[in-house]
Amino acid sequence: MSIIIENVTKYYGSYQALQNINLEIKSGELVALLGPSGSGKTSLLRIIAGLEQAENGKILFNEENYTHMHVKDRNVGFVFQHYALFRNMTIFDNIAYGLKVRPRKTRPSKDVIAQKVTELLQLVKLEGYKDRYPSQLSGGQRQRVALARALAVEPNILLLDEPFGALDAKVRKELRRWLRRLHDEFNVTSVFVTHDQEEAMDVADRVVIMNEGKIEQIGTPEEVYDHPENPFVFDFLGSVNLFKGNVHKGKLVTGNAEMSAPGSEDGAGTGYVRNHNFIIEREPSEKDSIASIIEHIHTIGPIVRIEVIRQDTNEPLEIELMKEQYLNLEISKGERVFVRPKELKVFVDFMAGI
Amino acid sequence: MGFQDFWATITEPRVLASYKLSFLTALTAAFVNAVFGVLIAWVLTRYEFPGKRIIDGLVDLPFALPTAVAGITLTTLYSPNGWIGQFFSFKIAFTPVGIIIALIFIGLPFVVRMVQPVLENIEKGMEEASASLGANRMQTFIKIIFPELIPAILTGFALSFARALGEYGSVVFIAGNMPFKTEISPLIIMTKLEQYDYEGATAVAAVMLIITFIILFTINILQWWTGKRYSGK
Repeated sequence: MSIIIENVTKYYGSYQALQNINLEIKSGELVALLGPSGSGKTSLLRIIAGLEQAENGKILFNEENYTHMHVKDRNVGFVFQHYALFRNMTIFDNIAYGLKVRPRKTRPSKDVIAQKVTELLQLVKLEGYKDRYPSQLSGGQRQRVALARALAVEPNILLLDEPFGALDAKVRKELRRWLRRLHDEFNVTSVFVTHDQEEAMDVADRVVIMNEGKIEQIGTPEEVYDHPENPFVFDFLGSVNLFKGNVHKGKLVTGNAEMSAPGSEDGAGTGYVRNHNFIIEREPSEKDSIASIIEHIHTIGPIVRIEVIRQDTNEPLEIELMKEQYLNLEISKGERVFVRPKELKVFVDFMAGI
Repeated sequence: MGFQDFWATITEPRVLASYKLSFLTALTAAFVNAVFGVLIAWVLTRYEFPGKRIIDGLVDLPFALPTAVAGITLTTLYSPNGWIGQFFSFKIAFTPVGIIIALIFIGLPFVVRMVQPVLENIEKGMEEASASLGANRMQTFIKIIFPELIPAILTGFALSFARALGEYGSVVFIAGNMPFKTEISPLIIMTKLEQYDYEGATAVAAVMLIITFIILFTINILQWWTGKRYSGK
């Protein structure tokens, strides 16, 4: 089922949580709403679900207007960050709930419900847990029950609100791979909210990056990572270093260095370079080599994070090298090296001088 | 006092009638409080209306008011030509109905104050999950919210019942204290004490103590049983 969001606006008191959101989600897609806290991503998800009402705008499911439909009639599966399992019911009853509360005419028979619940328990790999209570399960197991419960009603749309936010890193990784497989199997249109860019990139077909109630960019994970449309997206997806300076005739002048910035307009601009897009050398080779002093070296598994201070502007830079590269360089703390960006993206400052 | 005297004292018809009256009125009042206490707690947690904080404060009034004052006020209000009593075709003050009204008054805050914090803390997500799965408000209340409230309601009921059973101050004014009709057990104990019949008073008190213990014990078992289902042990 496709979702179309048209000009949705939401206020909390005088605070505008969502500003004219327009978004189209195709049938069978898995879309991530990604953004920092307070960006409005959860509000948008809750408006799609019908748990909250938008002040303005429309929500269409399969081109049918669902804007004012009550959540119970929308047939959406909603998975909450804190699971929201029914504490007083067994796992079996939790999953069966959505079927049991149907009006008598559409309610499946007891045997059919039991069969369906058993299938779902197998799907979430919790066959042996049907008589337990939610409090007897671990966080990851609870979230799987919550997913099974949402899937039991065969929803048109599956909505997940930071589904793995409360879990530890390893379980989180496992579950998101599993969610992806589940989605490929069921092909139900899914939208999930996350603040974790890695999670969004890993799982989603398309990523919607939100900030301060607005959509900053929509695209596949590759598109948004490789071609960020604005400084916010660049900064949000991975760590970056900023080179403040002036663009003149296709060159960004920052400190004593001159970097090529083809196609950029003249004026105050900032160069963005991802931490892993640097070359460290012992001798200056180009005009964009920046003399720097090594401040710190941290080894994090296969990656070495090096903090340097630029000698011209005294600004710090963070650089990530693969361990092998680092070992070949034979550098150590306090040494003077030359740092060169491999890939640079220049954005002309909107608010020059700040 | 031998066993025979003890038995004679506690099975005296007037005393038996007082037990029956005391327990029945206390139970009735506790039941009424359990229902209306939950309603009041619900309104106080779920709705915004002008004067809400004043009403919220008024709930505690029976705790603060001296029971004698409450008793005399209720008697005046509910007497056949009192402000409220005049509208009823039957007598309220000086009958068991009057006793029940006094007991409801003094026991209500227990249920409200037990249930209110539980209602406030019920995870909103559970209700939303229930709605998203297609349940209507009634189903959500019966299947999700009410089970969460049971332990608190039971505690409130037990406290309200215990308080009502021992209540003396307000009841003696509204009851009329007619033997066999509106004479509560605490009053019998008091009367025996005034007649220096300490042993008789103790015997009646002992019986009340045992019955109360059994009732509260049963409620506790119920609570333990309902609480056990969520704790996961």
